Amino acid sequence: MSAISDRQRQLELEPWTGPKRHYDIVKEGVIALVVVSVIVVACAALIGSPDVPALTFKGWATDQPQNFVATTVGELAGTTESAGYGGPYNANGDGQAIGPINPAKVVGVHIPIDTANDFVINPLRSQQQPQVVTDAINQWESATPYQRITWATNLDNALNDPNGANGDPSKVPNGDYGPVPNLATGLMLMAQSGALDGILPAPGQFYNADNTKQILFMGDGSYLDDAGTAYHLQGDQWGMMNETGNYPGQQWLMPFSFWYQLPIFNSDEESGLAATLTANGDIYILTIIGVLFLVFMLIPFIPGLRSIPRWIPVHRLIWRSYYRRG
Amino acid sequence: MATTLDSTDTRNWTSRLRRRAQADLPYEKLMPGTQPAYVASWIYVFGVLTLVSLGVVILTGTVLTLFGPTWWHTSSSGHFVNSLHFWSVQLFFLFMIIHLWGKFWMAAWRGRRARTWITGMIAFMVSVFAGLTGYVIQTNFDSQWVAFEAKDGLNAMGIGAFFNVANFGQMLMVHIFLLPAVVGLLVVLHVLWVRIRGVVPPIDADRVEAAVESEAAVDAEVVAP
Repeated sequence: MSAISDRQRQLELEPWTGPKRHYDIVKEGVIALVVVSVIVVACAALIGSPDVPALTFKGWATDQPQNFVATTVGELAGTTESAGYGGPYNANGDGQAIGPINPAKVVGVHIPIDTANDFVINPLRSQQQPQVVTDAINQWESATPYQRITWATNLDNALNDPNGANGDPSKVPNGDYGPVPNLATGLMLMAQSGALDGILPAPGQFYNADNTKQILFMGDGSYLDDAGTAYHLQGDQWGMMNETGNYPGQQWLMPFSFWYQLPIFNSDEESGLAATLTANGDIYILTIIGVLFLVFMLIPFIPGLRSIPRWIPVHRLIWRSYYRRG
Repeated sequence: MATTLDSTDTRNWTSRLRRRAQADLPYEKLMPGTQPAYVASWIYVFGVLTLVSLGVVILTGTVLTLFGPTWWHTSSSGHFVNSLHFWSVQLFFLFMIIHLWGKFWMAAWRGRRARTWITGMIAFMVSVFAGLTGYVIQTNFDSQWVAFEAKDGLNAMGIGAFFNVANFGQMLMVHIFLLPAVVGLLVVLHVLWVRIRGVVPPIDADRVEAAVESEAAVDAEVVAP
């Protein structure tokens, strides 16, 4: 490939003195506005836009009461995803890392979430409860942290025993569960009544504009996940690029979603490179995207890469009428 | 001796700014009546299509802002305005991505036009975040799902502590004010720099111009007595 001539550099740097054509920038803008407006109005009128109602705790506790109870027990036992998440919610997990680099740990706890208190005890405390639930709350709060965890873990293990209850609270054998069954049942009844939806984000408060607790608690169960699967929105289904119904989603996220489809970021392995990359997939993929973006943004200054448009002559097609002059 | 009030005083910031603006961007450049002849491809249309789509996005978003974030769930008019917003966003990204790739294949950063390319790239990335914040403030299932999924990536990078997609209030403010303001500013800078530097000449324009000049010289010799 020949070097760029001084004449070419001069042409690129100085105002164009070659042949010109008429150009009406205002007219072009008005025509473009009309064309875009017509397309937008036509699509809005003929196709519309998606609006699947938000899931509720009432719906979860009514449709999947066993899962709701099991998740509540997990929040008390500290075994759910949120309970062991790590930064920015709590210090109970390490978060994702690339080798020694662990941004979540460096940033620390900024949005404190204590799943037992925030998701279960405080909402129950904020409402008048049946005596059995009030007694359960009092028993829980007067117990030592060790005793609480022991009760909740006992029930959590019994509930999730595949050879025993297998998720069904009615089949849990007798055991040392303390007040946990009554707390979980009390919260389920509260959710089924619809009260939990309004109370969970800020018990006892008038205003609320932060849904972090609701999103985390609901995500710990299977209700939200099942709905995501039903609408083909899971990460390995091109996730956030999709949309409910037959509508286009965030198509512009394709370079991001692409990486989640690769087996190495989507593996069932329990050890080795694929297991590490899958467990830390978000940080690896976002780092890759960040580096690619920087390279693309700074391409004018990167020798070799900035010459790709010269080597692959798509420009011959774009400027074909101009090149015919020569 | 009386002091002369000279509008060209080099110590006057306003005068200096005005002279700089007049030199770099006279009205003939800002609103040109001609363009170089090589600006003759459909690919050039996607820049202005992106701009007007952004205008429609802002206009429809403003209507949604006036009526509040849950209006469109309960009103057919609101749902229609939401649909206008939805489709203008889809077109905005479609046109912007085509525009971006078009400029890539033109190597449009040549001739000290790198800052135009960079502001365009940053505007694209900020728009992606604007789109994300729009999805999480729809107050429907989509919002729940996108917030739940997106939080993990942001938390892994340490960003989620300050940019919490599950915090509806924060996302609403960011979506309706902060990010549109940033995108708007970037777009204004981007367009002004396009007008200041002009549209980049074609790759190998030197050969075309040399061939044309050579032909013209031969014609002149033939015509000359």
